[in-house]
Amino acid sequence: MDDALIPEGAKRCAFPIFMIGIVIVGAVLLWGVYAMFLCWFKGLNQTNMNDYYGFALWIWADLAVIAVGGGAFFTGLLKYIFKVDELKNIINFAVIIGFICYSSALLILAIDIGQPLRGWFIFWHANVHSMLTEVAYCLSCYFAVLTIEFIPNILENRQANKVPFFHHLAHNMHEVMAVFAATGAFLSFFHQGSLGGVAGVMFGRPFAYREGLLIWPWTFFLFTWSAAAFGPCFTLLVTKITERITGKKLVGDKTINLLAKISGWMITTYIIAKIIDTIYWAFVTAPSMGFKLSHFYSNNGLYGYWMLITEVILCGVVPGLLLINKSTRENPTTRTIAIILGVIGVCLNRWVMVLQIMAVPVMSFDTWALYIPSWQEVATTILPVAYGIILIAVAYRYLPVFPQELELNESADAAAQNG
Amino acid sequence: MFPFCFEWAWDMGHAIFFGGFWYAIGILGAGMTYCFLKAAYDTINDNGDSHH
Repeated sequence: MDDALIPEGAKRCAFPIFMIGIVIVGAVLLWGVYAMFLCWFKGLNQTNMNDYYGFALWIWADLAVIAVGGGAFFTGLLKYIFKVDELKNIINFAVIIGFICYSSALLILAIDIGQPLRGWFIFWHANVHSMLTEVAYCLSCYFAVLTIEFIPNILENRQANKVPFFHHLAHNMHEVMAVFAATGAFLSFFHQGSLGGVAGVMFGRPFAYREGLLIWPWTFFLFTWSAAAFGPCFTLLVTKITERITGKKLVGDKTINLLAKISGWMITTYIIAKIIDTIYWAFVTAPSMGFKLSHFYSNNGLYGYWMLITEVILCGVVPGLLLINKSTRENPTTRTIAIILGVIGVCLNRWVMVLQIMAVPVMSFDTWALYIPSWQEVATTILPVAYGIILIAVAYRYLPVFPQELELNESADAAAQNG
Repeated sequence: MFPFCFEWAWDMGHAIFFGGFWYAIGILGAGMTYCFLKAAYDTINDNGDSHH
């Protein structure tokens, strides 16, 4: 039915099967859209947030998707600026994942502001001293970069590419992609960093506050570093899931191992910096503000030392070591374990830097503020996942996302035809 | 965002923040303009041997 749109030579499932999958995921998407409209029409009373607990599940989801979406800018930086040509085999998919992550982040913010009609205020009436303003600007601009990076892949669709103007436009955009990638890296450095900076400058929240360099707290650099380190892990994880669902090898082992190796070294260097930062904060910064380390990890039912150990050791040191070691990196099982741990680690870090910060009691009369999200918050947080699945399914079906697909599956297809 | 907005001030904060912003927007705009114009030129001249 849609054979004319499918990349030449590529094998895809029958159209009705594809549509059944889209309808199932689409139902989840509609549930999220319904909750989104409830929040827009009835207001933020649909959530369990309040004046005391204003940064909740959405902001965690926002920071998490931005962190894991960092694979796009870092892979683009390596491919177009540092000329790591091997990554051409995964760059299209990294861009699509980044596009999904950043469009999701903007969507979450549009729901979170509660008054979407005033969403443009942050741009028009910008407070240039606010890290969040910088995040809003860089996030929007970087989304424009990702759109620009995604367009050539869309124009390479079998039918679109027959239109001479589209063909030439895709070609010319590829020619100058290094300029866009460099701009994307510049924007990403600042918005990833500013998201960390938001936490680090809060001197009224001793769990988050950090010293730093000039106006930038150490969390500024740690957030950028962690996004560049763990973002490729998410790209590799989604690639693995896509390969499992499609039953095909889509990216060659050489490319996978190279990206895993780079990610491993980034994670290892990041986690060393993170450990140094945590020790300095625990033994110098927090005590100077009158707090013991145990204050942040006791007298509540959720946030204990286990969280710190899980984030730093289990989901930081372990994946780093697994990925820099050649034998464990080239073993598909240990490599997959490492990238899963890495993705959990960076999401946990963002959880700690958003939700635990808000939960820790600050005043002597305060108690731990533990919050349970409403179903509307959960539905709107799952919404981007459903949207991402649909976009990946459509892109995989109709666009030449994986340049190695035909070559890697040639023998399997031939065997299937002969058998 | 623009000098004609009432809260605009000609200070270092605005110069750095919006300098960086308009610089990035300028690069993206110029890059896309070049791509569109070059694609139109190639299409008119039927330069069909381009590939990537």
